[in-house]
Amino acid sequence: MAREENIVQELNSKFSFLEGKIRIQRQRRIFLEVELAHFKELFEYALKNMKFSLLSAMTGLDEGVNLGCIYHLASDDGVTLNIKATFPKENPQIQTITGYFPAAEIYERELIDLFGIEVQGLGPGNRYPLTDDWPKDEFPLRKDWKAKGGQDA
Amino acid sequence: MHNSEEFKIPIGPQHPSLKEPVSFSVALKGEKIMGVGIRLGYNHRGIEKACEERTYIQDIYLVERTCGICSHSHATCFAQGVEDIAGIEVPIRARYLRTLVGELERIHSHLLWLGVAGHEIGFDTLLMYSWRDREVVMDILAMLTGNRVNYGINTLGGVRRDINAKQIKEVLKAVDALEERTKYYIEIASQETTVIKRLSGVGVLSKEDAVRLGAVGPTARASGVERDIRRDDPYAAYAEIKFDVITDNHNDVYGRTVVRLKELMECYKIIRQVLSNLPEGPVSVKVPRKIPAGETLSRYEAPRGEDVHYIKANGTEKPERVKIRAPTLANIQAVKRMLEDRYLADMPIVIAAIDPCFSCTDRLISLERLESKKKEIMPWVNLHAYSIEWHRKRGVDFTKLNKKWLRYFKS
Repeated sequence: MAREENIVQELNSKFSFLEGKIRIQRQRRIFLEVELAHFKELFEYALKNMKFSLLSAMTGLDEGVNLGCIYHLASDDGVTLNIKATFPKENPQIQTITGYFPAAEIYERELIDLFGIEVQGLGPGNRYPLTDDWPKDEFPLRKDWKAKGGQDA
Repeated sequence: MHNSEEFKIPIGPQHPSLKEPVSFSVALKGEKIMGVGIRLGYNHRGIEKACEERTYIQDIYLVERTCGICSHSHATCFAQGVEDIAGIEVPIRARYLRTLVGELERIHSHLLWLGVAGHEIGFDTLLMYSWRDREVVMDILAMLTGNRVNYGINTLGGVRRDINAKQIKEVLKAVDALEERTKYYIEIASQETTVIKRLSGVGVLSKEDAVRLGAVGPTARASGVERDIRRDDPYAAYAEIKFDVITDNHNDVYGRTVVRLKELMECYKIIRQVLSNLPEGPVSVKVPRKIPAGETLSRYEAPRGEDVHYIKANGTEKPERVKIRAPTLANIQAVKRMLEDRYLADMPIVIAAIDPCFSCTDRLISLERLESKKKEIMPWVNLHAYSIEWHRKRGVDFTKLNKKWLRYFKS
C-alpha cells in the first residue's frame, strides 16, 4: 500500500487542515473529509498535481443536520480519492465542478433534484432525473422523505 | 430535408429496452446537426431510495434489475462492496465463477451490440447471424445460472451455484464455436469495404475529448484511452488472469466496432483461463445479516464501461446509502460531442455505437419548423430508412453484401 500511503503523506504535508481526516479504507481506496471552504484548493491540487483525472461519480448524502457530497476521483492506476464535503441542510450550496469535468453536469443535476442541493455556477439545462412537474420542495433521497405509494396519495 | 431552414427535432423519450430512456432535442440546419440537448430520467425508478428500505440480500436482486443486460455487473459490483465493508473474504472459487459469468455476459452484450449496429447501417444479415450466435451464449448462461438474464447467481459471500465437469465441457465447446464466428466477424470488419466505408469517420470522438468528457468502456478505448477497471482496479479473479486491454485509434464508430470484436476474443481467453485454473473449494461463506458501519466504493468493468457503486453501512441490516453510477451516464456528454456538426443520417449508428440497447421500439420524431412551428411526424423507422437511403445514394450499399453473406451461411 505504498502508493496509498504516499498520497496520504503528500496531502497531509500540503494541507494541514486534513490532519486526521484521511483514511485508507483498503487497497486503492482513500476517503477524506474536507470543509467546504477548503474544498476547491484541495480538489484542484488532486487534479493537477496528483493525476486524479477521472471523475467516477458524485454521491449525495443526508446526515441529519448536514447534507454532504462525495466526489469520487480516480487515477489511471486504479486508486480512488473520495473527497467528502459537508454543509448545513438549511443552506446547502456547493460550486459547480463542470469547469473541470463537463460530465459532472448530470451528476450535479441529480444532487439538485434528489437532495435539494443548490449548485452555483451550473448553466441552464434540463432537470434530471425527476419529472418536470415534481413538487419544488420534495427531495426523495433526503431521509425524512418517504415514498407515498399509490396513485391517489 | 430543407436545406435553408432550421429544425429542432425531439427524439425519444421512449426507449423501453434502455435502462435509461432518453430524449434528444436536435437542432438541425439542412442535414447538419447544429447542437444536441439531452433529457434523461424517464425511467427513474428510485432504486437508490428503495435500497435504503430493504435488506442487503434483497438489494442484490434489486440492483441486479438496474439493467437487463449488465445485470451481473450491478449485482457483483454491489455484492463485492458490501463484502468489502463487512470484511468478508469471498472464497476464491466464487471469485472465479463471478468472473466466468461476467465474461459470458460481456459476450452476450457485445454480440447483441454487433447485431444492432449491423441493423442500423442496413446490414441486416449481420444482425440475424450475430443474434443467432448470441443464442449460444444465452443457452450457456441459462444452463449455469437458470436464467438468460438477471442471473441471480450472486449472493453476499459468494455465488449460489457451483459448476460441474459436464457444464465446464459445454462452456468450452460453446467458446470454441463462438471464437470461430468472432474471427469471421473480425475478418468482415477489417476487409469488407462497405462496412469500413460506412463506419469510418462517423461519430468522431478525439482522445482529448474522450478524456475531457470522461468517456468510459469501449467508447473511451476506441479513442485510444487505455482504461479498463479489470486491469487498473482488479476485482473478482482478474488480478490472476492474463488478458489484453483492447484499444484503437480510429476514434469513430469503426473503432468502437473493432474494440468490441477484439474484446470478444479476450473474453474467450479469460473464460478458458478461469475454467482451466478453477480452484477447488466452497462457493460461498456465511455473511451476517447486519453489516458493520462503514463505506466503500466498488468499481466494475461492465460491457459498456465503468460501473460504480458507493455503499454506506450503518450497522443495521439495511444500507444507509447506495449510489449507482451506470456507464451510460458517463458517456452522455461524449455522445453530444460525437453528433455535433455531423449528418442526421448518421445519428442512429452514432447513438447505437455507445449503447447496445438502441432497439426497435416505435419512437416518433416530430420535425418542427423553427419559424412556423408547424409539425411533421417522422417515425423512427422512417429515420432509419432515410439513413440507409442517404448513404446508398452516396455509394454505401449493403444489398450485395447481405446477399453474399446469405450464400456464405447456406453453404
